[in-house]
Formats: sequence, structure tokens, C-alpha cells
Amino acid sequence: MNVIDMQLIKLTQNGIKLVPEPFKKIALELDISEEDAVQRIGSMIDRGILRRFGASIGHRALGIVANAMCVWNVPDERIEGAGAIMAGFDEVSHCYERARCPDWDYNLYTMVHARTKEECEHIAQEISRATGISDYMILFSEKEFKKTGVRI
Amino acid sequence: MIDQKELDDIDRQLINMVQLDFPLDSRPFRTLGEQIGVSEEAVISHLKKLTELGAIRRIGPIIDTRKIGGFSTLIAMRVPEHEIGKVAMQINGFDEVSHNYLRPGTYNLWFTVSARSKSRLLEILSEIKKTGYPFLDLPVERMFKIGVRFRV
Repeated sequence: MNVIDMQLIKLTQNGIKLVPEPFKKIALELDISEEDAVQRIGSMIDRGILRRFGASIGHRALGIVANAMCVWNVPDERIEGAGAIMAGFDEVSHCYERARCPDWDYNLYTMVHARTKEECEHIAQEISRATGISDYMILFSEKEFKKTGVRI
Repeated sequence: MIDQKELDDIDRQLINMVQLDFPLDSRPFRTLGEQIGVSEEAVISHLKKLTELGAIRRIGPIIDTRKIGGFSTLIAMRVPEHEIGKVAMQINGFDEVSHNYLRPGTYNLWFTVSARSKSRLLEILSEIKKTGYPFLDLPVERMFKIGVRFRV
């Protein structure tokens, strides 16, 4: 990854300014044109370096207060299909396969967000029905000790 | 939590748009305004309000640590209840920890670590090991969904 791209991330990762030309000062600082700056961001998205460029929202402020991590025990040969189905649910923000551990059978993880715990439970049931995976647990977050975006 | 009545149609449209479809050009707020039929100034003032309310945390890059040469994992730790606050603060002390939650179950402290290098990740894990509490190391094997979009 080149130095300018890295600097561009560093200069935008705490949030761009809400002004008419938010990339102007950043581009000036990097001695590139504004067009180059936004094109570089687009290119980093295309290359997968950035998952996206946009707003991170405060769920709690918006009333989306129930956040559940659902862990699923999916037979290895079915993981592809189950992962795709789970990813298709609007309420699921993240869906990852993670390593299994000796003491822990679960291998597929989904983050489910809703306004109430009951709603999260209901969504998990729907996911279970849609995928046929019945071995799962819902782990609600009881307390948030830290939440920041990943920084470089 | 924001009283839903405080949000008007423009707020809602903006929240839905800026998460995934943030325009990458030199006048992004003007472009957003054109898409929903309001002025650039109106977009900026709505976004400022949403930021003050906590509905939007920031507008910036969402980084894929693995593509950037980073190494990350999810750790689930088993900590006695009376120690949880102290241990959580200790874990939060690492800049590389981006999320840290209390969840129900035998493994009750769940946090993500994203480090610049494999050696730094191993260093953090060995520091964590010193706390003496058992933990699961759950690195991602495959991603099915990494975007977030909440409809409001």
C-alpha cells in the first residue's frame, strides 16, 4: 500500500469535516488534487482495502439498542450456503466464519441489531428456520466497555 | 436515545444514504442534496444536527485490516464477575482493541484486536495471557457480510 493512500486514510479516519469541500484541505496537505484524493478512496474500496467510505452510525442514539452476537454451529460442508443466507438478512450487519476451538463448537458469527431483545430473538429464529441450523446461542451485549472504529 | 420525532424525512433519507452511498467527489454534500432535492447547505446542516444527536458518529473510511496488512482476531475470555470491570479496563488499555463487550455465558468478555503486524498481535495475546484467565482465540476464516446499513 502506498504512502499517500495510507496518509489519506489517516487524515479521514476520524471523520471528514462537514463543509462544502471536505477533501480540499486534505488534498492540499498531501499535495495532490481533490479529484485524485477522491479517486484514490474509490480505488481503495475497489481493491478491498476499505470496506466502504461513509457514515458510521450510533445505533444506540437511533433506538437500535439490542445488539446480539449469534453464534452458530454449522457443519463445515454447509457453511457456504448458511453464510450466504444469513448475510441476506437486513438486520445482520456482520457475518463471519471463525476458527473452531476445542472448548467451543461454534464457527459462524452474526451480529444482529434491532430495537428490542425480543426482536433479535425472533430474527435468530427466522435465520435458524431459513438455514436449518438449530445449534446456536444468542449473546446479547450487556455492557459496552469500548467501541471505536479500527484505526491505523 | 433520540426521540424519533426529532428526525424528519430528510434526516432519515440522509442516514440511509450516507452509510453506503456516500458520493466520492469534491462536493459530496451538493451531490447528496441533488439526489434528494435539497441544497448543499441544508444537507450540511442536517448532517451536523445528526452528528450532534449521536445518530452519525463520523463519515470516513471503514478499513479492512487484513487488506492493509493488519492482523486481527476476536477473543472470548472467561473472567470472574467481580473482576470484570478491572480486566475490561486493562484490555481497553490496548489501542489495538476496538470493541469490548460483556456478554452472558461461560466466556463473558468479548473483544476484537486489530494489530499492524502478526508479531504485535502475538505480543498483545501474550500480555493478555498474563492475566491468567482462559480465553478463546477466534480469528476470521471467511467473511460473508462486512457492510452495515441500518434503515431508519
